[in-house]
Amino acid sequence: MSDDTAQEARDKVDEVYRAESRQVLATLIRLLGNFDAAEEALQEAFAIAMEQWPRDGIPANPRAWLVSTGRFKAIDGMRRRARYDASLNELATHIETTTSDPLEQTNEPIEDDRLRLIFTCCHPALSSEAQISMTLREVCNLTTEEIARAFLTKPATIAQRIVRAKAKIRDARIPYEVPPPLELPERVEAVLRVVYLVFNEGYSASFGPSLTRADLSSEAIRLGRLLLQLLLDAEVMGLLALMLLHESRRQARTSASGDLVLLEQQDRSLWNRDLIREGITLVKQALASKRIGPYTLQAAIAAVHAEARSAGETDWAQIVALYDLLLRTEPSPIIELNRAVAVAMRDGPAKGLELVDALLKRGELAQYHLAYAARADFCRRLGRNADARASYERALALVKQEPEQRFLEKRLAELGQGTVSP
Amino acid sequence: MKYLCLVYLEEKTLNAFPSHERRAISDEAMSYCEKLQKAGQLLAAAPLHPVETATTVRVREGKTSTTDGPFAETKEQLGGFLMIDVPDLNDAIRIAAQFPAARFGSVEVRPMKELGCAD
Repeated sequence: MSDDTAQEARDKVDEVYRAESRQVLATLIRLLGNFDAAEEALQEAFAIAMEQWPRDGIPANPRAWLVSTGRFKAIDGMRRRARYDASLNELATHIETTTSDPLEQTNEPIEDDRLRLIFTCCHPALSSEAQISMTLREVCNLTTEEIARAFLTKPATIAQRIVRAKAKIRDARIPYEVPPPLELPERVEAVLRVVYLVFNEGYSASFGPSLTRADLSSEAIRLGRLLLQLLLDAEVMGLLALMLLHESRRQARTSASGDLVLLEQQDRSLWNRDLIREGITLVKQALASKRIGPYTLQAAIAAVHAEARSAGETDWAQIVALYDLLLRTEPSPIIELNRAVAVAMRDGPAKGLELVDALLKRGELAQYHLAYAARADFCRRLGRNADARASYERALALVKQEPEQRFLEKRLAELGQGTVSP
Repeated sequence: MKYLCLVYLEEKTLNAFPSHERRAISDEAMSYCEKLQKAGQLLAAAPLHPVETATTVRVREGKTSTTDGPFAETKEQLGGFLMIDVPDLNDAIRIAAQFPAARFGSVEVRPMKELGCAD
């Protein structure tokens, strides 16, 4: 084989690794029944590919070849180690007889394996943090260092979380399966929650100096697309639409200096029209389904914003109506707060203030900075500057993210200039 | 009269023993259980996997909630037990969720070890 074709084969190995290593892993986990053994087998299979493909050519079905090689290597390894641990021999025979070599079988349910992997990583018996770390590591192939950087924590913390999660999967025997239809809605909900948490962490980082960590958001969108490809479900569509519509505003929501720009002040020409088009198409599809869930409704709200050419042209009545529906499917004080903001836009700040004050009185939002920020804004628009100032100060005392803090400080300062000192 | 004897321990105390001592404790426990069984006094006994493998199941308003860890409310007291043999955790969760007390209390699902406690 010439040097050129050898290089081509090596490039092909890289390409297959990027595109298919997670699918190969997902199938190896099913065949070997163990995450660690599957990861080891995956690495071995790719190492052998790196050696053989440049010499012997690229196999007709690279993915099946890799699964087959990984499976064979794992069984072989167990047999060799059986000298020290006799139970491994039994295990090797068990795997050999109960699973088939994918090269001999053409209709392996590969896609199912990826769904199995997602449902296992997002199993509700794992803690929320563990679900997120496992999904990013095993499904998205981020390294522990990358995950740690995204969540501003130490790689050792993430690594430990993953080790513990794998130990629980093994010891508590969390099965590697797509849940049966009866349990599917609840389990899909758990998966979507993980995807949305990842997206939000990337879109509005909950702490730290930067407003967005774009990589996490694009991972979440990639996950959403993968899920939709594997599982035709209205809420999967709704969540993907919601993420795309939020993502479309990324450019516009921070200024050059990294400050927060509110929706009404954003330069709408910066919004990504392709993402909006895709998002709106998905929302329409999801709304046409029988089961309209909270993600679809939130996406519909985002779509109404996306369709308005300017903030002033927003159809606030429709937004309030969508919030009413959302509150019926998912009662939450934060959604009530958002509804209050929409009502203020439709009926004026006095009406919004009334709703927010009633909400704050109930206490659930007492530590939530955006409740005070909304209240401050209503007061400001009503000319009640002293009240506005007090609420901005409360919000500032609670805010944890620097760009949001700067935004509130700016508003507070503007208020100072506008008042006439006695 | 049947009695349930619950064994409490701090996992780190057990883990602090050198491995040969842990093995000895495990052997002692197993032979003690054998002796009780021969005497017709023991119905079942088993060590559990560490507490990190626990899963708590509750059913509220018809919806099953599954959470990581042994999160019994502090007011809740141990009221009974079911020892079950099913293929995996999902089956165990299904069974736990259908037990009446899951609707007002909680059921902690702990996997049992298949070998002695020293492994």
